[in-house]
Amino acid sequence: MEGPNDWMDAPHSTGTSIMAAEFDNGVIIGADSRSTTGAYIANRVADKLTRITDRIYCCRSGSAADTQAIADIVSYHLEFHGMELGGDPLVEIGANVFKELCYNYRDSLMAGILVAGWDKKKGGQIYSIPIGGMCVRQPVSIGGSGSSYVYGYVDANFKPNMTQEECVKFVTNTLALAMSRDGSSGGVVRLGIITEKGIERRVVLGNELPKFYEN
Amino acid sequence: MSSIGTGYDLSASQFSPDGRVFQVEYAMKAVENSGTVLGLKGSDGIILAAEKLILSKLHEPGTNQRIFNIDKHIGMAFSGLIADARQVVQIARREAADYRQQYGVSIPLKYLNDRVSMYMHAYTLYSAIRPYGCSVILASYEDGEPTMYTIDPSGVSYGYHGCATGKAKQAAKTEIEKLKVSQLPCRELAKEAAKIIYLVHDELKDKNFELELSWVCKESNGLHQKVPDNVYQEAERAAKQAMEADSESDTDDL
Repeated sequence: MEGPNDWMDAPHSTGTSIMAAEFDNGVIIGADSRSTTGAYIANRVADKLTRITDRIYCCRSGSAADTQAIADIVSYHLEFHGMELGGDPLVEIGANVFKELCYNYRDSLMAGILVAGWDKKKGGQIYSIPIGGMCVRQPVSIGGSGSSYVYGYVDANFKPNMTQEECVKFVTNTLALAMSRDGSSGGVVRLGIITEKGIERRVVLGNELPKFYEN
Repeated sequence: MSSIGTGYDLSASQFSPDGRVFQVEYAMKAVENSGTVLGLKGSDGIILAAEKLILSKLHEPGTNQRIFNIDKHIGMAFSGLIADARQVVQIARREAADYRQQYGVSIPLKYLNDRVSMYMHAYTLYSAIRPYGCSVILASYEDGEPTMYTIDPSGVSYGYHGCATGKAKQAAKTEIEKLKVSQLPCRELAKEAAKIIYLVHDELKDKNFELELSWVCKESNGLHQKVPDNVYQEAERAAKQAMEADSESDTDDL
């Protein structure tokens, strides 16, 4: 594998910055858009925010193939379960189906997933499922290689029950900071605002990203 | 029964010419031979009550229970053949456990009811097996919402505010209809349930019986369990008093 052409068979992975945060009536999810094959940027406008149901989305990090496959399987499961129940499945249930797959196949998968969504029972929720298949609910969660650079920023700036636009600003800032430090994150910021009404998708282009001190 | 000898009652997989499945109807008969059970859905939960007929004086009290836990928040009462019902209980428990394993939350009763009734219905379709000789009442209290269903041997199920199966189901239903069930709290309903069980018990045909009472309600924190001793005793006392008052007024009339 080592040699001048090792990049040719490097796995396609989403070296990533992803995050999700609860606000007063829903959740904001966000991700960068860089998708890499080794050092090569295979896609600079990738969409790592993937629909599971109308009100449950996931942010994918790790192997693109693995996480896409898992998301497809969970989406199928939840759609079926929704028909059986005669209503939208709970976010908690979605997270558990993800966890079950990530844990049982932990030796063969490379997947770090944030499951976020809104349901009637518990409102906006975020479940973090890191590599290994743990599942834990958090009011705010970050993931991917870029997240290591911004834990401090999140700790310092996250407040419970922010307004929607406050929270959008917070998520955009966090991701912009992560993308500027992390070599495998970049491109645009993709956002999703999930509330009772469904999802609203937004994009913050590279030249519109908030600027911070760079050195 | 007019159908006897026509040959269409031997298999559950064959209709009679007038469109009936006799094996299922015979299973219903098996249910009608057993003690009465009833369920009452009140404002803050559900009461299940069973008239457990004591067939032998040598039985220990508390054996052959008629009300079971399916999951922590779901109870099941049955009338009919006990051995058949225990199998249904086992199926329901497995469904509840599998659901919790797969989805990490407790099973909604609507879903469990669908699954168990599908299972019971499957046993009315094949010639090699017979339908279950029992009806079951399923009750739960989830997120402040009481829910109750009954499933018949045919696999049909309905949701109820108040329901009864077994020997005296008609008499019990008439009594339940007199109550404003959905406005009463569980503590009151425990007494009413006990009264009805005592009232419909046929002293001439069946000598002894034991009253079983369970609830799943706000007071039990959404858990299905036997009613506490004090509630049980209060209910039994109320039932016995009502019976005495009843027999006194009967003698007055004479």
